[in-house]
Amino acid sequence: MTAAAMLKAWTGAALAAPVAWLASVVNVPLKSWQRATGTGGMAAFFLAPNMAIFGIFVLVPLVINFFYSATSGTAYFLQDRTYVGLEQYQRLLDCGSYLDPATCREDLFWKAVHNTGLFVVVQVALMTIVSIATALILNREIVGRSFWRAVFFFPVLLSPVVTGLIWRWILQRQGLLNLIVHDMGGEPYNWLTDRFWAFAAAVSVSVWAHMGFYTLILLAGLQAIPRDLYEAAEMDGTKPARIFWRITLPLLMPNLLVVIVLALIRAVQIFDEVYVLTGGGPGTSTLYLTQYIYEIGFASLLRNPGLASAASILMGLVLVVLTLLQLQVGRRGERKGARE
Amino acid sequence: MTKTRTWLAAISVSLLASTSAFAGDVRIMWYSDGVEGDVIQDLLNRFMKDNPDIHVTLDNVAYKVIQEQLPIQLEAGQGPDIARVTNIKELAQHWLDLRPLLADPKYWDDNFGDTLDWMRPDGSKAITGFMTQLTLTGGFANKTLFEQAGVAMPGDKATWDDWVNAAAQVAKSQQLPAAFAIDRSGHRISGANISYGANYIGPDGTPAKVDDGTKAFVGKLVDWTAKGLMLKDTWVSAAGSTYRAAADDFVNAQIPFYYSGSWQVANLSTKIGDSFDWVATGSPCGTAGCSGVKGGAALVAIKYTKNPKDVAKVMDYLAREDVVKEFSERTLFLPAHKGVIEKGGLKWVSTDKNVGPALDKFVKAASETLPAADALPPWKWANAYYAALVTRVSQVMAGELTLDEAWAKIDQDIADKVAEAK
Repeated sequence: MTAAAMLKAWTGAALAAPVAWLASVVNVPLKSWQRATGTGGMAAFFLAPNMAIFGIFVLVPLVINFFYSATSGTAYFLQDRTYVGLEQYQRLLDCGSYLDPATCREDLFWKAVHNTGLFVVVQVALMTIVSIATALILNREIVGRSFWRAVFFFPVLLSPVVTGLIWRWILQRQGLLNLIVHDMGGEPYNWLTDRFWAFAAAVSVSVWAHMGFYTLILLAGLQAIPRDLYEAAEMDGTKPARIFWRITLPLLMPNLLVVIVLALIRAVQIFDEVYVLTGGGPGTSTLYLTQYIYEIGFASLLRNPGLASAASILMGLVLVVLTLLQLQVGRRGERKGARE
Repeated sequence: MTKTRTWLAAISVSLLASTSAFAGDVRIMWYSDGVEGDVIQDLLNRFMKDNPDIHVTLDNVAYKVIQEQLPIQLEAGQGPDIARVTNIKELAQHWLDLRPLLADPKYWDDNFGDTLDWMRPDGSKAITGFMTQLTLTGGFANKTLFEQAGVAMPGDKATWDDWVNAAAQVAKSQQLPAAFAIDRSGHRISGANISYGANYIGPDGTPAKVDDGTKAFVGKLVDWTAKGLMLKDTWVSAAGSTYRAAADDFVNAQIPFYYSGSWQVANLSTKIGDSFDWVATGSPCGTAGCSGVKGGAALVAIKYTKNPKDVAKVMDYLAREDVVKEFSERTLFLPAHKGVIEKGGLKWVSTDKNVGPALDKFVKAASETLPAADALPPWKWANAYYAALVTRVSQVMAGELTLDEAWAKIDQDIADKVAEAK
């Protein structure tokens, strides 16, 4: 036996001994548990640690948040706060017209709702289109395909704060873009103080930052489509556009629905990169719901934790409704596909 | 059995050590704008050498931690033993009354008496800490740019209009993006508002509605922004009460006039170096005076400390006249110690020829503040007023609100904050 093999055997034995000891210790109570509760009980046993973490870090804060939303005051601890029932919700929903934030008591909340709605519609649509296009291109036999896949996925690995900063340095008044514009003889422009361009930047940067992830999901879907369908279509002389609409898109639909649901949820929650990029400006034109909640809950000198909690509960409800709606659409699509 | 007991005892001791402070341990939460972290560490090292039974740990944190995390720790009855803070009045219920613990409370009353009210609840006689620096809002001008443009710098009693007009000529001549900028902060424009006759405090001590003084200056500011005279980026490119300084634009010679405050002196000196000459201008005048607003950072003792006597010893040392003088000279901060100010002769530690005159200018301007401005630092609603101002005025600048709508929203925001606190 060589020295390396001996070392490997000793290491194996050294590692196996404590594991075996641990197994013998755990075995007795586990066997009794299984006898008492059956296989269902064993599933519960193994799920318990995860459920405990989920409970402590998700469910409990959610419940506490409900209580906060029914209180007022500047104190952070529940026992020091005054119970006001639904007052915070009434304050948020007190509007002359929901279509005009200026008529609302909490105009900044409604401004954030409107901005978020517009952002979600434009960003999710653009994200879906760009991701499909990228996935279709990366699914073809192109030179350096693996390299390009890595290039498109790379922004996903960046911290949102880094993403926001990079693009801020590019788009700010003395940024890289204006330097290029100036060198080409153009007039530099203050992109981030213009409402339209600030919004366009927020949408584009978030698409750039996250499309790699969605492209990957769609790419997996594309590769699962049987090749013989395409070969048959080509033999029939079907045009590429018709192949896309009749074969690719229907068979990609389950993946596409996942992408839309995930992009939708992520878009409603948009915060970090836009906060760093535009700070919610110019004015409040890129102030989105999560930033409003953060500002009113923690950052602003006008902070109001009760109002922030109520706003986050309302936002959570919207997310739940959207997710259920998307799942319903997804199930209907699957049933329709199965019937066909 | 003995072995087991020994192990249990060791584990218990380790657990205790990790959860509670030992007698003699003092932890300071500190943030830095410039070199003051190094200076205070040096001073504390000397203290620990003379007092080996007390160990002081200086936790250097970001300013955001002081603003956002410290209040939550304090609400939980946790936190450091001492902290350097700027939100002094609003959190005053968490500060420790050092009066019974100090070696000579009269020394504190005599030397810090003017600012003790800033950091204790209304009506209290507690001594909770001292101002590590006194700040005053004020302007800076790029002397080199004015000279290159051949524009004379406005004099001592020049108005805001004089400064903006002169700076506009410089900006035009030197092809700069704007004439001036003011930090995005309600505190920063309050001196100017008061110079135009504003008074934020109502007769009963609660916030007054936006008055003609505020309307006069803010109206001008919005107009200057619309005309491109004030740098749009600083105020318009953020939402809410987010703070934005325009110091980098001044450092990069993008604006000839910059309104901020005395705490920028060290920063400007470090970053500008000998690139150009700059001067402190004091606060331009309005119709009622030429006022800035005082403020600053305080070092306060936290009432949840386990070692109040040691904390008092550290505070006594840091408040000593010679220590305050050295701290001010090395950090280029204006001292709040009456004895140090009256004796004068501060030898600012800087080779930059612009620094000494700039600090002297701020010391002089500190005597020109109006009573309405002096009333703001110890007023508990000041921050709420500042936040409402900056949030709504920047919306006007971005074209989302009219000025009249903004006045109504500012009054509503402040009223909501007052109601929420009741």
